[in-house]
Amino acid sequence: MTEITATMWKRFSRKQSLERFGIEFVLLMLFLWATRSIDIYWPFVADAPSQAADLLNRMTPPNFTFLKDIVPSMIETINIATLSTIFAVILSFPLAVLNARNTTPHYIVQMAARFIIVTSRSVNELVWGLIFVVFFGPGVVAGVAALTMRSLGFMAKLVSEAIEEIDHGQVEAIRATGANGAKVFTYGVLPQILPIIIGTSIFRWDINIRQSSVIGLVGAGGIGILLTSSMNLFRWQNVSMILISIFFVVLAGEYVSAIVRKKLI
Amino acid sequence: MLSVKNLDKTYPTGQHALKGCSLDIKKAQIVSIFGSSGAGKSTFIRCINRLVEPSGGEVYLDDMEITGLKGKDLHKARRQMGMIFQEYNLIERLTVMENVLSGRLGYVGFFKAMFRRFPQESVDEAFSLLERVGLEGYHNQRADALSGGQRQRVGIVRALIQHPKILLVDEPTSGLDPKTAMIIMQLIGDLAKEKGIPAIINIHDVKLGQEYADRIIGMTDGEIVFDGAPSEVTAETLTMIYGEEDWSKTIRKIEDEEE
Repeated sequence: MTEITATMWKRFSRKQSLERFGIEFVLLMLFLWATRSIDIYWPFVADAPSQAADLLNRMTPPNFTFLKDIVPSMIETINIATLSTIFAVILSFPLAVLNARNTTPHYIVQMAARFIIVTSRSVNELVWGLIFVVFFGPGVVAGVAALTMRSLGFMAKLVSEAIEEIDHGQVEAIRATGANGAKVFTYGVLPQILPIIIGTSIFRWDINIRQSSVIGLVGAGGIGILLTSSMNLFRWQNVSMILISIFFVVLAGEYVSAIVRKKLI
Repeated sequence: MLSVKNLDKTYPTGQHALKGCSLDIKKAQIVSIFGSSGAGKSTFIRCINRLVEPSGGEVYLDDMEITGLKGKDLHKARRQMGMIFQEYNLIERLTVMENVLSGRLGYVGFFKAMFRRFPQESVDEAFSLLERVGLEGYHNQRADALSGGQRQRVGIVRALIQHPKILLVDEPTSGLDPKTAMIIMQLIGDLAKEKGIPAIINIHDVKLGQEYADRIIGMTDGEIVFDGAPSEVTAETLTMIYGEEDWSKTIRKIEDEEE
């Protein structure tokens, strides 16, 4: 029984190879089906480069005198972002506590909190904007409400995940001192999640600066309103100036949030 | 001082961690609990201050029955029992002073605690206890900036500032180097004697446990199998507690030290 046989080695067994081939085939079919179904009008695609060149031509040079209209609108945009972030941080906190497995008072409460969070996250800010423009009329209030609604679920989800991942030993130590539930929370839980709350808030503010420049498209205040009206009037040199301003404000927002994050955490 | 009667604990997983453990501590003594991992030592001391809910049995601190207390009464009972933990369990992001004063949480109101408005006498006591354990000047350091030995000293001070009637100590030296471990054990023993309170110490290290204890409890598989003076611990006792092994070396070293 000392017969020596060469041991064959293949990375995948025959069954695995067949499975992999099957998956590749399905992906190819999906791609072909998708491209056929969207009904591309090829002359438009062929025309795109010259159209782009034409637009670029009409956009240059940017209208720098338009800045005097842009600046107030931009300040409004930043304020919408800041206000909605503050509201979202405040409102998301109880939601996060109710949603976290280890701090929720009851399973049913947790489900309710989760429902709010999922609703908030699954609706795009432009859609929230459309809804709140109906409620509050066009303007800043609708914008703040829209971004608050959208940020709420984002904040609550990340903070409640942080609560679920805390070191339980620290909580146990505070319980052992005879502290009641509220004190256990402020000493045992809060210090552990505070860096996450601060970090997430800054990150969300950063996102909200970007989003608040868009929600004006549906009339919810900020620079977006100026952008749509300029586009409707074919004032392309104004449009390019607005786009440049948005770029620099977003850049500044990222810079500021990076500094704040470094300072606070 | 402390009386534990037929303490029983079955976890929801079905694990029978404590099987009718009884223990009486009638004077201020250092009690070391020996036992291998999973013998039920941690569960035992956590059932005393009810961080773990016992399934059966009674615990009395002086004349107060701890088992059966609810809400406020339980919080009041817990503040009379200081606890020191295996991994220190300090609030990492808070300062040494905040960690120490958290030992007074059972005594101050919520808003005072939240805004760190602790009574001056607590602050005074915190400073003098920190000095006593060799941490003067560290009060504004963050806990996560300290070494293991320093953290455990803060843990000790946090337990003592509760003005406890008993210390419950869970593996205070695991994760510390041998010298620091000795210093910490010495400190816990000395301070317990100074305050005139008993201490129950779960400990892996047989030598350390024997050296600083007045009384040894042995636990195996959720039962107390030995209760006696450190000098009564023999190779047979250790075999009974930990299982078959050559204990002669561990024992001889202890005898050497006694000479």
